[in-house]
Amino acid sequence: MKPRHKRFAFIGLGLLVLGVATVLILNAFQSNLVFFFTPTQVVSGEAPQGRSFRIGGMVEDGSLVRENDGLTVHFIVTDTAKRLPVTYKGILPDLFKEGKGAVAQGQLGVDGTFVASEVLAKHDENYMPPEVAEALAKAKASGAQQSKSLVVPDGRKGSL
Amino acid sequence: MIPEIGHFALILALCVALVQGILPIYGAAVGNSGLMAVAKPAARTQFLLVLTAFGCLAYAFADKDFSVLYVAATSNSQLPLHYRLAAIWGAHEGSLLLWTFILTLWMFAVTLFSGHLPETTRSRILGVMGLVSVGFLLFMLTVSNPFERLIPAAAEGRDLNPLLQDPGMVIHPPMLYMGYVGFSVAFAFAIAALLGGNLDAAWARWSRPWTTVAWCFLTVGIALGSGWAYYELGWGGWWFWDPVENASFMPWLAGTALVHSLAVTDKRGGFKVWTVLLAIMAFSLSLLGTFLVRSGVLTSVHAFATDPKRGLFILVFLAIVIGGSLALYAWRAPKVGLGGSFAMLSREGMLLANNVLLVAAMGSVLLGTLYPLFLDALDLGKISVGPPYFDSVFVPLMVPAIFLMGIGPLAQWKKASVPDLAKRLKWAFGVSLVSALTLPIVMGNWTPLLSLGLLLAIWIVTTSAVGLRERLTHVNGNSLVERLASVPRSYWGMLVAHCGIAVFIVGVTMVKGFETEKDVRMNVGETASIGDYTFRFDGTQDVVGPNYTAARGTFHVSRDGRETTVLYPEKRRYPVQNQIMTEAAIDPGLLRDLYVSLGEPIDDGAWSVRLYHKPFIDWIWGGCFIMALGGALAISDRRYRLAWRRQEPVVPVPTRAVRRKVA
Repeated sequence: MKPRHKRFAFIGLGLLVLGVATVLILNAFQSNLVFFFTPTQVVSGEAPQGRSFRIGGMVEDGSLVRENDGLTVHFIVTDTAKRLPVTYKGILPDLFKEGKGAVAQGQLGVDGTFVASEVLAKHDENYMPPEVAEALAKAKASGAQQSKSLVVPDGRKGSL
Repeated sequence: MIPEIGHFALILALCVALVQGILPIYGAAVGNSGLMAVAKPAARTQFLLVLTAFGCLAYAFADKDFSVLYVAATSNSQLPLHYRLAAIWGAHEGSLLLWTFILTLWMFAVTLFSGHLPETTRSRILGVMGLVSVGFLLFMLTVSNPFERLIPAAAEGRDLNPLLQDPGMVIHPPMLYMGYVGFSVAFAFAIAALLGGNLDAAWARWSRPWTTVAWCFLTVGIALGSGWAYYELGWGGWWFWDPVENASFMPWLAGTALVHSLAVTDKRGGFKVWTVLLAIMAFSLSLLGTFLVRSGVLTSVHAFATDPKRGLFILVFLAIVIGGSLALYAWRAPKVGLGGSFAMLSREGMLLANNVLLVAAMGSVLLGTLYPLFLDALDLGKISVGPPYFDSVFVPLMVPAIFLMGIGPLAQWKKASVPDLAKRLKWAFGVSLVSALTLPIVMGNWTPLLSLGLLLAIWIVTTSAVGLRERLTHVNGNSLVERLASVPRSYWGMLVAHCGIAVFIVGVTMVKGFETEKDVRMNVGETASIGDYTFRFDGTQDVVGPNYTAARGTFHVSRDGRETTVLYPEKRRYPVQNQIMTEAAIDPGLLRDLYVSLGEPIDDGAWSVRLYHKPFIDWIWGGCFIMALGGALAISDRRYRLAWRRQEPVVPVPTRAVRRKVA
């Protein structure tokens, strides 16, 4: 092979790998991107049915109810404007607390309950995932009526 | 007083770093050996100054000096001493000090082991490292000072995040940073070579051991972090494709490519331009990792709520370092030349393919990590990219790379032939294929992925065996032991590291294929079964730790009626931050882990409980440690030791390199 041909071959190889990688990425993106919605958006019907997405907000104080099997829990996630009931079967992460921010991934049930497949334990030292902080700020900015349960946005108040 | 000394030491270190970053590089450019001679003492002085600062912060932690803001924010008087010291890198400011300290440590190492380098090269390397150090010192002194005072002093500290109160915290970050920052040496070598315009085989030989050492540290650091997440988070997972994990994995992928590309540059003089680019890439990704993890753009246990000024500083710094080095690269690289020619099918060709695949994989991880951040920054909505994305992109890219990994070491340099390779590898291939197809059936669960994973693992081991056998026929020696001993250590290192990958793949494959998990409600005295094991819950007791109280459960585990072990998982409550922590109990084993973690108390002493049976999971980390061991073996090779012993910067090295190139 002449050097020029060889260079073409190498460039071709590189492009091939790049192409395959792109196809794989686009494919994977299409089916695996998870979008985030605030409770207000979910309640107003902006969230998709039959597709997994994430919600975030504050877990309303006093809303956590545990079923007899000890594993299924119900709680309400709120952005202070709208309230969204959530069901989850499994063990909640340590950092999950009433009155604190939480992010959950799952699907919307037909009755308007969010069926979580995963409750995420991620947050910073102030107990406030940025998604949740933003959801709260958005609800506040839209001037929506505050729901009755008052959550403590700075999350420093112990609730144990 | 002590914190002020630390602060002052940092300011002095910045001055020294400026001198170190400017004078030697200028001296090298104009050929002034007086200016170049500044590099070595400056680097050592800087090391001592940063060491002083680090010592002062350590003292403030040991002394519980809550008049220092950082100490008050990340420790507590009840926190045991070893965690107080680990708390130095428990948050933003201190981890940057650790970063800088390790950077100066690497600099110090360069001054010790660079006797054989030409003076111009050494002064450029130290100069570049000095410039990097200027950035970090400036960052600490302007927006992120660990010695900032809190007046009036706090009566009590806010405590270290309980998640971080673990032996993993003591060792994982330093290891990881040794790896991250270690790539700065390879980076500085590359920039020095670009500045000097002499990228020969000798350059590759000098930077190889440094890169390998950094790579070993990074490998161990990532493995430790993964193991820590496994037992500390209580979720039984070992890798979550969390952005923070990706941040450490991307430099690893680039670094792995770099280690292999350097081998080609060293042995054949090829890939020069590519090697330099990889060196820049590896270090840039380390910086990006630091930025991602420490700037607060990501939510995780690693991120700390910080002010945006810091993020901006790191971003600008990142732009200067990456942009500057790429600009230099674009300007100087064409002069470097491409190196020797080779056929597509040759060891070089396969290493190149491997490199391209590794970099493509790195790119896909980078995209999945940064894409949500871009969308968010542009206000196009919030998304997250989950593990399925990474699994479905990463695995298909790695499979051919691992397949080539078996063939590459057996192919000849320059030009290999397919029939020859096929003849030498047919047994290895046959054995791998048959055992990969039958083993899962024997184990009772055949899936395509299980067979694929085993195929790759066995393929690596069998091809390594073939390679070793062929090697043994070429070396001198009468007995087998003699011949084994005369195989160079660098070759052993490669074999061991590759087999480490095989062990790792077995771990991943078996865990994915055979793990079982159960969330159950358990009353006192009740049993639950998982795999062949029966767990009996004997209730919980209250225990008191140094800075926490806990409910400790007792689980008797038995198999076929015989007791295997007793496990004591805990649910801890740390009163200072009022945080609950799950301490999982694990019975590790070569062939399986048993894992119990407590969920929540329900009523009458009943708990929700999570049980796992994880076959071969320890092989995952074992594989990583074996890889690092391989790297360590490679750098203990004779030729590096000889190079280091040679104190005088003399002519032989370059001439040898020239001869090699001619040959």
